[in-house]
Amino acid sequence: MELQLRGITKRFPGVLANDDVSLTARSGTVLALIGENGAGKSTLMNVLSGLYRSDAGEILIDGVHQTFRDPGDAIKAGIGMVHQHFMLVPVFSVYENVILGVEPTKAGGVLNRREARREVKEISERYGLAVDPDARIEDLPVGIQQRVEIIKVLLRGARILVFDEPTAVLTPQEVEEFFGIVAELKARGATIIFITHKLKEALAVADDITVLRGGRVVGHADPTTATPEELAAMMVGREIDLTVDKEPGTPGRTVLELTDVTMVDDYGRPLLNKVSMSVAAGEIVGIAGIQGNGQTELVEAITGLLPISSGRVEFDGADISNKSVRDRHVQGIAHVPEDRNDMGMVGSFTIKENLVLDSYYAAPYSKAGRLQRGSIEESALALVEAYDVRPPLIENTGAALSGGNAQKMIVAREFSRDVPLVICAQPTRGIDVGSIEYIHEQIVRKRNEGKAILIVSTELDEIFALSDRILVMYDGKIVAERLTGDTTPTEIGLFMAGKGS
Amino acid sequence: MTAAQTPPEVAQRGFVQQLTTSVNWRTGLLIPFLAVVTALIIGIVLIMLTGSSFGQAMDAYAALLQGSVGSVKAISETLTAATPLILAGLSVAIAFRAGLFNIGAEGQMLVGGMCAVFVGFSITGLPIYIHLPLALLAGFIGGAIWGFIPGVLKAKTGAHEVIVTIMLNYIALRLVDFFLKTELFQREGRNDPVSKTVEASAQLTQMLGWMNPALRVHLGLIVALIAAGVIHWLLFRTTTGFEFRAVGANPSAARYAGMSITKVYVLVMMIAGGLAGLAGSGQILGVLDRATPGFSSNIGFDGIAVALLGRSNPWGVVAAAVLFGGLRAGGQQMQVSADVGIDLIAVIQALIIIFVAAPALITAMYRLKTPAVSTQISKGWAS
Ligand SMILES: Nc1ncnc2c1ncn2[C@@H]1O[C@H](COP(=O)(O)OP(=O)(O)OP(=O)(O)O)[C@@H](O)[C@H]1O
Ligand SMILES: [Mg+2]
Repeated sequence: MELQLRGITKRFPGVLANDDVSLTARSGTVLALIGENGAGKSTLMNVLSGLYRSDAGEILIDGVHQTFRDPGDAIKAGIGMVHQHFMLVPVFSVYENVILGVEPTKAGGVLNRREARREVKEISERYGLAVDPDARIEDLPVGIQQRVEIIKVLLRGARILVFDEPTAVLTPQEVEEFFGIVAELKARGATIIFITHKLKEALAVADDITVLRGGRVVGHADPTTATPEELAAMMVGREIDLTVDKEPGTPGRTVLELTDVTMVDDYGRPLLNKVSMSVAAGEIVGIAGIQGNGQTELVEAITGLLPISSGRVEFDGADISNKSVRDRHVQGIAHVPEDRNDMGMVGSFTIKENLVLDSYYAAPYSKAGRLQRGSIEESALALVEAYDVRPPLIENTGAALSGGNAQKMIVAREFSRDVPLVICAQPTRGIDVGSIEYIHEQIVRKRNEGKAILIVSTELDEIFALSDRILVMYDGKIVAERLTGDTTPTEIGLFMAGKGS
Repeated sequence: MTAAQTPPEVAQRGFVQQLTTSVNWRTGLLIPFLAVVTALIIGIVLIMLTGSSFGQAMDAYAALLQGSVGSVKAISETLTAATPLILAGLSVAIAFRAGLFNIGAEGQMLVGGMCAVFVGFSITGLPIYIHLPLALLAGFIGGAIWGFIPGVLKAKTGAHEVIVTIMLNYIALRLVDFFLKTELFQREGRNDPVSKTVEASAQLTQMLGWMNPALRVHLGLIVALIAAGVIHWLLFRTTTGFEFRAVGANPSAARYAGMSITKVYVLVMMIAGGLAGLAGSGQILGVLDRATPGFSSNIGFDGIAVALLGRSNPWGVVAAAVLFGGLRAGGQQMQVSADVGIDLIAVIQALIIIFVAAPALITAMYRLKTPAVSTQISKGWAS
């Protein structure tokens, strides 16, 4: 089916998110939609999927005018949306989530579980989307949750599939598999719209590329001839340097040291298995690994969010294994969390409140238990300016920010603290190239100031671009340690897959 | 695709959050206003269904208005009824803000009121400026203890505060019955459960008593308004309030930020209990002068409605309490002069709450433009 958008305009209070946007996705092709954070990509797709009503413009499918009053209408018209954030019920199982709203029933409206499981299994097998239909969503890593979303859309018979940053959470292998799925769907005549910040991916899978900036279409590119640099320049409106310039680090005293740290889950299975590692002042240590191999738990062990069952965590020479999150924060650990919506911010709080979310209790933001609104505001204004959070309206809620801008807000909050250890989990997930460049520069600057930096990333490119030293996690253990200069992505990739020697 | 149809705001902020805190003027003012108007209109229909004419229904409403704001006496009655509602509403509201549902204001009122009455009658010879604050303090502490129990159970064991507070309401009710029969409390020479009378030095003075002794509005109103100001200040100007709101809106972000959820749950329930305790004390020291079984007369439950209508904003709570107080006071007049049962008031109150709780109804009825969906949904990795 061919999809055409004509003159779509969508306004939020104070923000023109889409301004007269027109684009075409040809039948049986992949259209990549790229653009800076806040360019209006998600908004446009939310209009397409019936979640938002546009202020002007029209949607045509195979030349026929469509009116979507709600997402149900869009689904009926064959539009399937895999959102930037998942729409899953955390306490339901995989198959329950998938069939939600289209439950197969037996006589009398009784849920036909066997049929439901079978349908889910069939789709997951046909498209190579391995999932356990009975697993509970909240127990699954985000990577698998996303597969559930894809299965959900496929089960509803979507013919036009919209993926909002689908690869941001996937491992390199999973990305390959995902591209396999895309090829499969395309071969069956589906039309695909694919939003991404990874320009190489856009070039690899797309048949057409449309670039948005400031809510407008600023150009189209031909993936067979365009280069990542050209695309980046179109998106941001200036030249972007995609490589990180940095001198080798000069590691000093040890700031963070873990000795035989072990953590078990509720059933006694190890999540972290005798992990020993250290980070020194003035160095960037990168933790590589496929999502779900203990990186999240490692970070939570260091920050105190999860208790360890044995071993020691030392910070600046002192044992902090039993200290609270607050104590560790006060002692000097900054933390950019992996899950920005769930942990990194309070969606209903204003930007200025979110910017002091973990430092509200200290001077200058409070005095004798009273919030100092002047200081909070002043610092918020300076931070949104310095980190280019757009729109820079500090009275808006965190939830009204686009994904990348929310991340910038969190990075701004954590990086503005002058502390010895900075932990960044997936620091540039969902961020546009211009902002990645900026955040990477900030990370290197922090290191050059003599801070110890721990980066956790599933992006090998990012690990290699930033790290002085690389550790690989597999199955809750550190399976390899290499100086960045002494290794290759291929070698690290093998370790990540559990195959290194 | 049910998930996608859930208004994302709801999913992100949780049902209770969505219901109880206003995001903007629309949910904070417009919807409550339309809810009240709609409920009153339906009230007309109900009166007419009982066989009255439209004119008679209008007469009833005229009486309602007359009885709530039509005279100094009426206004005094409205404010007298509003006083405990403000405090009970604040109790429920502050707990809502921290993500807890305090169904226990009723029991906390009773326990607080009993403490206040005890201090009120047992100590003699103190000047009013010491005795009265002491009695109020006792009431606050009594309620706070009754709030501490569900708070600590929730924080330490995960016991659901709704269940625990409901049970504590029953316990409090029976404890009052029990104590009123003990020598300590029971009035000399009485067989029925009624407490000794509060000393004049512990009574909340009638503010307009010099004009007319029948004007019952008492100093408790000032106490309630100060409480609203203090709670507003606490919630929005202090680090403690920041923690309450963060824990209520997103507990996992609060934990990430190093806040102690245990501390918040215990503290907020103690404050909530204390406020309800003050509501009970106000009734004892300002209106009744003694304790009788069930003297809280469901005000604690009405506090839930007040908090909902006021969107858990302290000044919203004050406004909602005055409205409900007016309905109570005016309802009496309506019953007397227009012969329309006071039950209608309960129905109208319930309708208001239904409309506030289901804003979609109001939105559809008045064809308001659906607000822009402000966020997507819960668990994801990007925003
Ligand atoms: N519900 C909302 N209320 C107010 N403003 C909003 C809302 N949703 C989005 N915006 C604003 O609209 C603009 C476009 O946002 P959108 O989420 O579409 O960006 P995006 O291109 O998807 O960015 P990203 O790559 O960061 O996800 C941004 O300025 C954003 O702040
Ligand atoms: Mg987006």
